[in-house]
Amino acid sequence: MLSRVANSIYWMCRYIERAENVARFISVNLNLLLDMPSEEGKHWKPIIMTTGDQELFEKEDPTYNQERVIRFLTFDRNNPNSILRCLASARENGRSIREIISSEMWEHLNNFYLELASEQSVDMALQDPHRFFKIIQMRSHLFTGLLDSTMSHGEAWNFARIGMMMERADKTSRILDVKYFMLLPQASLVNAPIDHIQWMAVLKSASAFEMFRKEHHNITPRKVADFLIFDSQFPRSIRHCINKAKICLHRITGTPVGAAINLAERRLGRIQADIEYTDIEEVFEIGLHEYLDNMQSRINEVGASIGTTFFNIKPLIKESSNEQ
Amino acid sequence: METFKTYAPEDFFDELIDENGSPRPEAQLLIDKIESLPEGDLAMRQREAEALLLKMGITFNVYGRDEGTEKIFPFDLIPRIVSSADWQQIESGLKQRIYALNLFLQDIYNDKKILKDKVVPEELVLSSKTYRKEFEGFTPPRGIWCHITGTDLIRDRAGHFYVLEDNLRCPSGVSYVLENRQVLKRTFPQVFQASKVKPVDEYPGKLLEVLEYLAPDNVQSPTIGVLTPGIYNSAYFEHSFLSQQMGVELVEGQDLVVADGFVHMLTTKGLKRVDVLYRRIDDDFIDPTVFRPDSMLGVKGLIDVYKAGRIAMANAPGTGIADDKVIYAYVPEIIKYYTGEDPILPNVPTYICGNDKDREYVLSHLDELVVKAANESGGYGMLIGPHATDAERALFAEKIKAEPRNYMAQPTISLSRVPTIVGDRIEGRHVDLRPYILYGEDIYVQPGGLTRVALKKGSLVVNSSQGGGSKDTWVI
Repeated sequence: MLSRVANSIYWMCRYIERAENVARFISVNLNLLLDMPSEEGKHWKPIIMTTGDQELFEKEDPTYNQERVIRFLTFDRNNPNSILRCLASARENGRSIREIISSEMWEHLNNFYLELASEQSVDMALQDPHRFFKIIQMRSHLFTGLLDSTMSHGEAWNFARIGMMMERADKTSRILDVKYFMLLPQASLVNAPIDHIQWMAVLKSASAFEMFRKEHHNITPRKVADFLIFDSQFPRSIRHCINKAKICLHRITGTPVGAAINLAERRLGRIQADIEYTDIEEVFEIGLHEYLDNMQSRINEVGASIGTTFFNIKPLIKESSNEQ
Repeated sequence: METFKTYAPEDFFDELIDENGSPRPEAQLLIDKIESLPEGDLAMRQREAEALLLKMGITFNVYGRDEGTEKIFPFDLIPRIVSSADWQQIESGLKQRIYALNLFLQDIYNDKKILKDKVVPEELVLSSKTYRKEFEGFTPPRGIWCHITGTDLIRDRAGHFYVLEDNLRCPSGVSYVLENRQVLKRTFPQVFQASKVKPVDEYPGKLLEVLEYLAPDNVQSPTIGVLTPGIYNSAYFEHSFLSQQMGVELVEGQDLVVADGFVHMLTTKGLKRVDVLYRRIDDDFIDPTVFRPDSMLGVKGLIDVYKAGRIAMANAPGTGIADDKVIYAYVPEIIKYYTGEDPILPNVPTYICGNDKDREYVLSHLDELVVKAANESGGYGMLIGPHATDAERALFAEKIKAEPRNYMAQPTISLSRVPTIVGDRIEGRHVDLRPYILYGEDIYVQPGGLTRVALKKGSLVVNSSQGGGSKDTWVI
């Protein structure tokens, strides 16, 4: 398939996944605040840290409150990671490949964006945020469902899945990193009820709470990290995302699993092997933050090498504006 | 909703209603249906249809506005109906016309017989901006130049059809024919079935056959692409739609390179050779090494590969000369010259400003005439005399005197009208008709075509860039 098309479908799915994650972060925080109404100011800042846009946010005004953060993360056209910008980018990418994706996917994505961009949606987001962000998440799930059930699982689909998995792995590692950083200084409070609520929130940010409970019952910081990094069956764990991305990559190239013929395969294979042969004890020896920080850079490197392997075949082609 | 009982065709030819105010026979079923709808129902269906088009993303960007300003092409639910007798004349007239224009193109780029015989002034052809010297002595694959044509027809007060202009470069709008039809089938399914409307959906399949027919002989299953300027082009939806319907690649200039004497696409698995391009980029932009060097849309070296016969293109570069608005005046003679027949579809009478006598007439009758520049499209570079101000007419008079070759003029024809939904009323609005003609192994005319409607009351300008909309066209 055309390199440009592969690039577009990959980024279309990354942007949708990113928008969904932002919506989930906000949702979880709104729920958390219902249990801790007095702590409003403290709890909005970490979200901005999770998406990595602290500097941009504070440039105008460093006060963190619900309305400002919701506006910034949802509707701000100057914030490249706002839900609206993510959807606008996903839609532009979708429009450039609408002959490749199914019309169901295109119509859903188009409608998703148009409704979000309408004036009423700002009012709804501020007046009924719980419902609003739930709808955003469900629409993203619907998109993923349409991707799976209305489009042939060929090369384009595999690029779509890789985009989604790489974004998800990145976001899971960020949520864990930021929350751990926030909660670690309070290690002495490890059994206090407040702590418990916060760790539940970490899991819920990755839609992982119920699945975690089935696996581990009681919540400890260590078990949460173990689950979100290493669980092989939970669909948002880093390990799961990396494994799935690797399967898709090998389907595209036809390289047998266990071999690697290009940079993207080598890098992704190396991350996968590292995860297979590391456990949570070792992670804490290294330091969770250091481990996750390193993981994020390596995920970014895989993204870049997918670009050089498939999207920019010839050096004379100008850098696509979709690349980040 | 005001119904057809109070609708008046006034002093125009109405496509659905005769001069006594009764429905024409082929429109009877439709009008009965509309009359039987409950109060407000038609307006509601119109809004639903518009919402559907927006949801399908059949929109264009409004230039110079805020990000995210998009509009649907205005669309009116009441179709235009063409009787089969009228259609027979249109279809055979268009086939005759395109057949002759293709011979004309082959002739002027090769033997130039028609110029030597002084049927068309040599100077007129050779001086045209759209005449491409680069293709002198060249014969395109299968000898076909104009594979895809959209010819604009109008109908006067007496109900006679005329050809208003030919579009042989990159005529757009056929996707709206197909989409409008989808919407109408959902809106009036029973009328549709009972009226036996001729289908339009064959078009993408026919277009694919034309493109496959052009592929070099030694290629078994050709790789075909639609070449688009990209998502910001106002016809992007159509490019994408056609490539999807045909199941071929949609490519931009940046996706193509010339290497080893062939054109290739850049794919995730390396280079892949392309055999046929349906290009939707004008000659000027298609290859910066031959035409405009500042073009960012084209492919360097494409024309060399094309001339070497290693890729086919539709339409062939250089066809623009045949839809030059001054050459247009000679098309009736061109048809006679190559076929020995009289034109089945007449031209609108045309004054050529390059001729002294005609120019004098034009300059003294500017308030009655429509003046057009030879190479403009989309309703630009045009003066509608009766509707213009004195200052506008004076400005055009200067332009004509400065560059007579570049202008022609025609009497203002009172275009036929079709009932159109305006708020909660039905009013007559002026229309034209653009049928699409494909030239491959044989010539195919899509039954119907795009009816463009001037939505502003009294307006005669139907171009979408100037406030026009479209209607479905039923050949019954």
